[in-house]
Amino acid sequence: MSSTLAGWLQALALVGALALCYRPLGDYIAKLLTTAKHLRVERGLYKLVGVDGDADQRWPVYLRSVLAFSALSILFLYGLIRLQTHLLLSLGMPEMAPHQAWNTAVSFTTNTNWQSYSGEAALGHLVQMAGLAVQNFVSAAVGIAIVAALIRGFTRNRTDRVGNFWVDLTRIVLRLLLPLSIVFALVLVANGVIQNFHGFHELSTLAGDTQSIPGGPVASQEVIKELGTNGGGFFNANSAHPFENPTGFTNWLEIFLLLVISFALPRTFGRMVGDNRQGYAIVAVMAIFWVASAALITFFEAQHSGTALQAAGGAMEGKEQRFGVAASSLFAASTTLTSTGAVDSFHDSFSAFGGGLTIFNMMLGEIAPGGTGSGLYGMLILAIVAVFVAGLMVGRTPEYLGKKLGGREMKFASLYILTTPTIVLIGTGVAMALPGERAGMLNSGPHGFSEVLYAFTSAANNNGSAFAGITVNTPWYDTALGLAMAFGRFLPMVFVLALAGSLAQQQPVPASAGTLPTHKPLFVGLLSGVVLIVVGLTYFPALALGPIAEGLH
Amino acid sequence: MSTTLTPAPVDHSTTPHRVSGGLLDPKLIVKSLPDAVKKLDPRVMVKNPVMFVVEVGSVVTTVSAIADPSVFAWAITVWLWLTTIFANLAEAVAEGRGKAQADTLRKTKTESVARRLLDWPASQAEEEVAGTALRLGDHVVVEAGQIIPGDGDVVEGVASVDESAITGESAPVIRESGGDRSAVTGGTKVLSDRIVVKIASEPGKSFIDRMIALVEGAARQKTPNEIALNILLASLTIVFLIAVVTLQPMATYAGAPQSMIVLVALIVALIPTTIGALLSAIGIAGMDRLVQRNVLAMSGRAVEAAGDVNTLLLDKTGTITLGNRQAAEFQPASGVEIGELADAAQLSSLADETPEGRSIVVLAKTEYGLRARAQGELAHATWVPFTAQTRMSGVDVDGKQVRKGAAGSVSNWVTENGGSVGADVAQLVDGISAAGGTPLVVAEKDGGKAPRVLGVIHLKDVVKEGMRERFEELRRMGIKTIMITGDNPLTAKAIADEAGVDDFLAEATPEDKMALIRKEQEGGKLVAMTGDGTNDAPALAQADVGVAMNTGTMAAKEAGNMVDLDSNPTKLIEIVEIGKQLLITRGALTTFSIANDVAKYFAIIPAMFAGVYPGLKHLNIMGLHSPQSAITSAIVFNALVIIGLIPLALRGVKYRPSDASSLLARNIGIYGIGGLIVPFVGIKAIDLIVQFIPGLS
Repeated sequence: MSSTLAGWLQALALVGALALCYRPLGDYIAKLLTTAKHLRVERGLYKLVGVDGDADQRWPVYLRSVLAFSALSILFLYGLIRLQTHLLLSLGMPEMAPHQAWNTAVSFTTNTNWQSYSGEAALGHLVQMAGLAVQNFVSAAVGIAIVAALIRGFTRNRTDRVGNFWVDLTRIVLRLLLPLSIVFALVLVANGVIQNFHGFHELSTLAGDTQSIPGGPVASQEVIKELGTNGGGFFNANSAHPFENPTGFTNWLEIFLLLVISFALPRTFGRMVGDNRQGYAIVAVMAIFWVASAALITFFEAQHSGTALQAAGGAMEGKEQRFGVAASSLFAASTTLTSTGAVDSFHDSFSAFGGGLTIFNMMLGEIAPGGTGSGLYGMLILAIVAVFVAGLMVGRTPEYLGKKLGGREMKFASLYILTTPTIVLIGTGVAMALPGERAGMLNSGPHGFSEVLYAFTSAANNNGSAFAGITVNTPWYDTALGLAMAFGRFLPMVFVLALAGSLAQQQPVPASAGTLPTHKPLFVGLLSGVVLIVVGLTYFPALALGPIAEGLH
Repeated sequence: MSTTLTPAPVDHSTTPHRVSGGLLDPKLIVKSLPDAVKKLDPRVMVKNPVMFVVEVGSVVTTVSAIADPSVFAWAITVWLWLTTIFANLAEAVAEGRGKAQADTLRKTKTESVARRLLDWPASQAEEEVAGTALRLGDHVVVEAGQIIPGDGDVVEGVASVDESAITGESAPVIRESGGDRSAVTGGTKVLSDRIVVKIASEPGKSFIDRMIALVEGAARQKTPNEIALNILLASLTIVFLIAVVTLQPMATYAGAPQSMIVLVALIVALIPTTIGALLSAIGIAGMDRLVQRNVLAMSGRAVEAAGDVNTLLLDKTGTITLGNRQAAEFQPASGVEIGELADAAQLSSLADETPEGRSIVVLAKTEYGLRARAQGELAHATWVPFTAQTRMSGVDVDGKQVRKGAAGSVSNWVTENGGSVGADVAQLVDGISAAGGTPLVVAEKDGGKAPRVLGVIHLKDVVKEGMRERFEELRRMGIKTIMITGDNPLTAKAIADEAGVDDFLAEATPEDKMALIRKEQEGGKLVAMTGDGTNDAPALAQADVGVAMNTGTMAAKEAGNMVDLDSNPTKLIEIVEIGKQLLITRGALTTFSIANDVAKYFAIIPAMFAGVYPGLKHLNIMGLHSPQSAITSAIVFNALVIIGLIPLALRGVKYRPSDASSLLARNIGIYGIGGLIVPFVGIKAIDLIVQFIPGLS
């Protein structure tokens, strides 16, 4: 079977599997976010930390809870990393420098999982399990909690309450992420992903050299790495490493896992707002971008120019032989569109346009389908902008799902769409203006520029994948990218929650024939256009100097 | 409803102060130029963030051009200044049209002398004071030929008043004390008789003062929707500002650092200048369009709310039906010839000057060929006029008594005089009532004989022509219409069905109206209504859009947020359309503005970087002549498109009532797709010209 045909079949199977999960998973998440019932274990947890599980929070309190929880997470993780040499299971790893520990702590708390370290050379099992894996769970849950609050803004009327963060967080981890992770970790183990507590095995190879083979609890981390759109690999090679991603099937499964929750959340949205068609419209926009991106990357990577590429069946540099061009392209598109950032191939080696698309995918703001929760709230913010412009064009004060979009709502939506581009462009601009930092680039010319642009785009959008090619473990990059990740994660959350509060206070406007329908193909097209134009226009000059300049001869 | 009072043969040629509908007078552009330049004051410009950025950019390029002069630098500088001026011009033109109206209005405010009554009603002693010296609660007397010195209510007398100064209607209107026709406006002229007016406004706050402030735009505040749009535009401006500022280090790395001129040009090309420049003109023009339809909106907020209205409360009489009922049919009692009934009906109605009475005569003539008898033929007849007590009218002639009136009253008259009313008559009466009509029973008493009932006249409300289609349109726009009437539910339902309204409120009291508005609003709906009486005032105030009739009382006018000078309640529908058109114009130009950026990128980015990255030449899909000509063309296009769209901003985009989906599809097609394509053509066309300018090639 040719690699292209295999790619097609994999993609089709993926679409089928995601479509199958859309309704049950989306409905299940909607139910766990809305039910009044607590599990016994949850009640115990609430008692333990002193939370009233039945009390709802106003949006500022919800926000404070999110920020406090995240700040504590960063501190804890930072402490754990810095102190690991004194703790169990450190495998004799050296102490990590403060700037790198800060970068790593922020990275995992913000669901970015940018790694300026190399897993097998920097972190022991304790940090991997008690630090990183825990954040893989809770940072994913925080994203879903935020979007839950935003959806409640639409569904609730004349109230200042948007839900209870602690309850949302607990339920998402206990009822959604943990059970799915356990099941799929077993599937991964069954397919060859390792799961043990070994350190390094020194082996002698046939050629007489010695080789150091690492072990570790990989499968348990691998599953939540994808499922929670985290992307931080146990090993430096991430999903290209045979212990993380041994076969074509595990590769397919990992792509499925990193997409499944984000693609099901629109159903949760439709379910909660009481109109499933709204969910279909949103998921349609997400799917359009995902399909188009995957198809385009595959196309650019499979273009045969040059004898070597023809012989290999495409641009095979930086790609794993066991996955091939199509599966690698599909993985690349999915991982950059979901804020996952796991990689099974080396994006720096992609063709100019293929690599450029991975940057563009992230620039879209991680919304198609985006990170767990963050993808949907990002898309809903853009939907609000689209509804605003389109609503004017039908001659009414724009309203989305019965909530009017006035000055206050537009303020928060505008601030949201302003935040990430500002971080990306200023970060890249400053890096390019500092000769020392630019020197960290592996390549010169537009490709070198793309490496820097990729780094800041990945950090600010909380993707975490790297084009690689630049030396990022420097105090400047660690600090700057850490800040980019933190601002790129938490500022938008502030605006989303403020928006949720503002929407929840409103009285709904009943729909009529004069109301802009937000579930029809026309709106899907419009929203896609807004996504493309609002994002594309902002980044076009930067892209022109990077991948476009490189790709056009 | 007092529509009958203002039979309005609108003759615009005699009302010179009205600006004709929506067209742009080129002279006005020239006249507004000085104002446009004056608005360059940064303190004024800063209120419009988008255009303020352009102005700052113009200053920067001016400095650069002086420091390092070149044809290109000056070309960009000049066109950037023109962009700013064009934006100001749009606003100035919109305001200028209002100013012209304000000036004519001011002329009516000439110093009038008021005859203030010192101790009315105790004495008629009066003193002459300046009109401006009048205070709230003063009483003034005005006689034929005099100008009413201030707004107020007539408390004594009745007079015909020429209100053409404010309404543009030359036909005089009747103003009388008591009732709903008591309000008079300062600056209007009493044509006949003498009235005493109680002044109801402080000096400087009269209706005309407010009107002047409104049309001049002095009282203009940004509307909620305008604020929201401004926020979006400001954030887009900031994003592009950052995109361009951070571009310089990237460009420097690429080996192509850009000049200040080019960077500023890129910023201006990208930020949404088109909508930024026209936004306030659109708002002013929206108010202006209302004024041209003789509606005064007290705030822009009200105009916007009109576009959002979900529910229209329409008074039946005058709005949905013609002011009066008309005879539709004669239904004889059993044993009576229809001709006999028609004859008696006609006879009893000859002296009846009410529209109902006349319609009976007309029906008798058209259907039964009965010639209207001249008054002279019946010189000896005694006319019995209608009174509220008897509730019937008629005539005594040649020993014969004919009566017509309400079923109950006439039946009583018949039985009191020894006659009897047959069951068939009761059936006829009920049948007409059930059909929503008003039955008038006709009876006759010939000499000493017992009176007998001849039959029943079916009086019917006549639904205005085209109303059904109008309501159909409204339904398509998602607006529910509710008919308000004092009729009983049966009658109301019949008319509601005939007119095609969605719902009705029968036997409506002001309290019912208020409750209905509250109920709709609690469901999140916006309600619009018209009203003229003092008892309408609370409902007018409660409604989101309350249109008071100019003929109405001062209280009603104060309570509403719009006043219709023509006192035409049907105009509410037009007001809604104008509100929608205002929002659509904003949305359409925003879409157009943003879509334009695509073409501008394709013009400017290759111009900036094709030198270092030759591959980027492929992005020059328009085949623009040179980097300088490309950038200049984009900037020139950007400036010209503002001028080109001023007429559209002032006139508003075309609005055809239809549902949201088709409106959206249409506007995205025209302004979205159009906005993508037009600049490609425009920039290319400009490039074909500017490439011949030495220094740009």
